[in-house]
Amino acid sequence: MMGIAQSGGRTVLVWPSLAVAFLLIAPFGLMVMLSFWLRVPGGTYEPGFTFDNYAALLTPFYASRAMLTLGLAALAGAVAVAIAFPLTWFICQMGRRAQTWWLVVILGTLSLSEVLVAFSWSVLLSRSAGISNLFVWLGLLEVPIALTPSGGAVLTGLVYVTLPYAVLVLYPTLSRLDPALVEAAHSMGARPLRAFFGVAVPVCRPAIAATFVLCVVFSLGAFVTPQVLGRPEHWTLAVMVTDAALQRANVPMAAALAILLLLASLAFVAIAGRIGRGQSGTTQ
Amino acid sequence: MQDSHATASQSHLALHGLSRSFGTVRAVRDVTLAAAEGEFVALLGPSGCGKTTLLRMIAGLDRPDAGHIILGGQDITPLPAWEREIGMVFQSLALFPHLNVGENIAYGLTLRRAPASSVRARVGELLDLVRLPGMAERSVAALSGGQRQRVAIARALALRPRLFLLDEPLSALDAQLRETMQVELRLLQKQLGITTVMVTHDQREAMTMADRIAVFADGVLQQAGSPMDVYRNPATAFVASFLGTSNLLPVRIDAGRPMVGDVAFVDLPAHGSAGTEAMLSFRPEDILIDPESDAGLAACVQGRVVFRRDLGAASELHLNWDNRTIVALVAAQASHAPGDVVSIGFRATGGRVVRP
Repeated sequence: MMGIAQSGGRTVLVWPSLAVAFLLIAPFGLMVMLSFWLRVPGGTYEPGFTFDNYAALLTPFYASRAMLTLGLAALAGAVAVAIAFPLTWFICQMGRRAQTWWLVVILGTLSLSEVLVAFSWSVLLSRSAGISNLFVWLGLLEVPIALTPSGGAVLTGLVYVTLPYAVLVLYPTLSRLDPALVEAAHSMGARPLRAFFGVAVPVCRPAIAATFVLCVVFSLGAFVTPQVLGRPEHWTLAVMVTDAALQRANVPMAAALAILLLLASLAFVAIAGRIGRGQSGTTQ
Repeated sequence: MQDSHATASQSHLALHGLSRSFGTVRAVRDVTLAAAEGEFVALLGPSGCGKTTLLRMIAGLDRPDAGHIILGGQDITPLPAWEREIGMVFQSLALFPHLNVGENIAYGLTLRRAPASSVRARVGELLDLVRLPGMAERSVAALSGGQRQRVAIARALALRPRLFLLDEPLSALDAQLRETMQVELRLLQKQLGITTVMVTHDQREAMTMADRIAVFADGVLQQAGSPMDVYRNPATAFVASFLGTSNLLPVRIDAGRPMVGDVAFVDLPAHGSAGTEAMLSFRPEDILIDPESDAGLAACVQGRVVFRRDLGAASELHLNWDNRTIVALVAAQASHAPGDVVSIGFRATGGRVVRP
């Protein structure tokens, strides 16, 4: 009786998994296929098999774009984790009510789209209405300056977008961290900063690695922020994909670029995963 | 007072009027207690009685609202935990999961930048002390409960602390291992001669390990003294019932004689000040069933056996005397069965008048 009910349940569960697999694999297969097709001048493409789209990517230009994309994403991930870890730490020290409010506010920013965030920051960093006017008013600057477009502005935007995710991933680990771990370090002579970096951070290393990977992957896919807050030299692979597909009407090329971006992401996740696991081997 | 055993001059640790409130809850109220050099003091009480808060204040992990903590003649109240040189074993043990056994034990030594060779030597010495020789390279996650316990003890002792604190250290172990560790830990403490304060809610554990027991209820120190003294001469009804089993009878003093109901209790040792709402306490082993004579009895009454449970070495009888329940401990071969009407004798030397 139980067995039948269970196997029946299992059969039912196959359908959603199939649907998800189909929705994931079909578009991806389509994209792989497209990346080998031929471009027709004038904006369309036709079936075929050519490595030209990939060959076109084997230039110093795309190599430097790939490095920039990975570097920028890694930096954004590192900054996001560096801000999110102490922030989440302090939130976890608060009372229940205060914790809820902080989380609501931080997670509330998730409802803002990347577009909205990027344009808000472009206003905030502009010469006419930006925070440099505040610095002038405070006497820190002579005249207002434009802080955007710049690499720093892109980084700021990416960190702002990924920060709530970082807090979200770190919170379960930090809120369940045994306070006695840090107290034990204190009783053995460790001052607060020493206990924080010597005990709290290494104990949370798996969670930190996971958060970092999430932020990096998220930043790798961002294509609005670099366009709005950066110059063309800050355009990442994700922007290039958009550009190839929409501006230059070269869909096979865009598909090949997207595959390249995907491979870069996967390589990154694999490396980071190995590092995270290796370091936390003793944790279980 | 009751705490004359360790006077201020000879005490290694002295707590003076310590108080701590959390919001409207007064967790610790005006506690004054002392421990002599090398003494093992157990803070005993039910959960929420403030004993853990008191221990945390001694460790510097919590700040008292009022009062002073004196360690070795120095007022350490304003010192943060990392300057107190106190070793502590936490209830959760708090072993660092990212470090192996040796690194856990060496944590404090490494912080002080002790040379690697002396750290290795000290870790080896401590592992021998807690009977885990050669385990330095093991992962903490691969240890059994008892082994984790020993590592936590070794780590707390690594810096030769001035005071050793234990917060319910054996609560995670199963009953049998717990008993073994109680004896082992006590022997270790005696061997090192280190002044120790332990928090526990287990009266057997406190009696096994401690030189002195301090019983707490609702943040107030009820009584402090040697285990047998506290057991034989409880100051309050709470102490009498928390430490072992006790028969507590409401008593009033009528013309200089303690009366329970209309029965006079005679020849009681004059203990405690019998107020208007005092209680008379008798341990189950001081209740005699069908005594042969009245000699040495404070009173003898008639009652009925309600319940019997055999504990192996002895049997426990629950008796009804005028709707009061009296618990008596009798020899296992005694033949009394539920329903029997018996005479209940109260041994005069076992009676104590206690505060409610």
